[in-house]
Amino acid sequence: MSAREYRVIKRVAAAIALPVILWAFPVIAPAVAGEQDVSVRNCTWCHGTSAQGYMLAPRLAGQRPLYLETQIRSLHEHYRDNPASKQFMWGAVAVLGPQAARDLAAYFAAIPPRPANDGARDIAARGRTIYLEGIAEANIAACYACHGPNAEGLRDIPRLGGLARFYLKARLEQWGQGYHSVPGSPMPLVARPLGPDEIEALASYLSFVK
Amino acid sequence: MNVVGTRAALPAAVLALALCAGFSNASRADEFLAKVEYCKTCHGLSGQGYRGYFPMPRLAGQQPQYLENQLRAFIERRRTNPVMRNVAHALSPAMIAALAAHFRHLEARPIGGAPRGSMALGKKIHEEGLPESNVPACSACHGSDSRGQNEIPRLAGQLYEYTVGQLTGWGNVRGQGTAVDTSAIMAPTAHNLTRSQIEAVAAYVSNLP
Repeated sequence: MSAREYRVIKRVAAAIALPVILWAFPVIAPAVAGEQDVSVRNCTWCHGTSAQGYMLAPRLAGQRPLYLETQIRSLHEHYRDNPASKQFMWGAVAVLGPQAARDLAAYFAAIPPRPANDGARDIAARGRTIYLEGIAEANIAACYACHGPNAEGLRDIPRLGGLARFYLKARLEQWGQGYHSVPGSPMPLVARPLGPDEIEALASYLSFVK
Repeated sequence: MNVVGTRAALPAAVLALALCAGFSNASRADEFLAKVEYCKTCHGLSGQGYRGYFPMPRLAGQQPQYLENQLRAFIERRRTNPVMRNVAHALSPAMIAALAAHFRHLEARPIGGAPRGSMALGKKIHEEGLPESNVPACSACHGSDSRGQNEIPRLAGQLYEYTVGQLTGWGNVRGQGTAVDTSAIMAPTAHNLTRSQIEAVAAYVSNLP
């Protein structure tokens, strides 16, 4: 066999072998396809190619996986009903089953988050005080008691640190406007005593938290 | 949650607040209801407790005398807590009494979630103590149903993580400063329990109704 014949046979063998292997072991197909998984790409259109969030769409990178999973479920059941959820997310998650939700949650949770840093610096210190201490006289609870000292969240309690000021502000306002997130959430009660200044201060502070 | 119990408890507590301080107007009642909601933002919408970054203890069915003592201990810095130190100072004595009366009447199912591996040991410690380690039976003071009495707290239905945290950190958290404090009664017992014994008894009481 000449060297040229050998190269041709090798190429043909490879051309046949790769699809056969992929067909026989579908589990390795996503690994070969890398991050081009279709459902991931459908998220990153709006949430950003590295899932750091964009405009209305919050950062998914570094978010608690159980939070992402419960929110996907809640959106799927049309329970989470703020305007952006209704307009964009009800459709986006319509075909996601429980396993796909879990897989996507795990995928995005593993991406390191970058803080938005888009708050107003002059009111961030006040936001930090409210976050850590609350305002007992006004019945404002310390966010820290549930969301943790670095606003990192745990289980289905979301990471708040580094989310965009715009998103945080909108969410804090929406609790008082009668929108829902998940059944049994304490947040409508928590957010009720917050005034516009406190919401601005908290959203600014949290945007800087790493 | 027992809805009937909750509904009955609210007017009773409002009345208690009004009687304590001679309040008679509606704004005081509103103030009380707002404060109750504030407590429930962390301690659970039925006072059943909540697992946040910290385990927030169950208040439902707690002994009022115990709750009053603890709120005063937070205010006077005899009991340290990173959250409650910024909460309790805003409470008047009349408000403390009314809140304690309110939570006494709440009924909520235990939230569960404790490991189930050493329930038998927990039950044994609760009922018989560990004489060889100088640990008295919990039931001797807290009652065989572990619902407490007067200044002795209810343990039944308490969050597993909370009870473990309290018993492991007793001396660092309670009885701070120089004032005489009833928390000293538990100090030797908490000290004499090993970590695994604490976990066993905390798991056992967390499931009691």
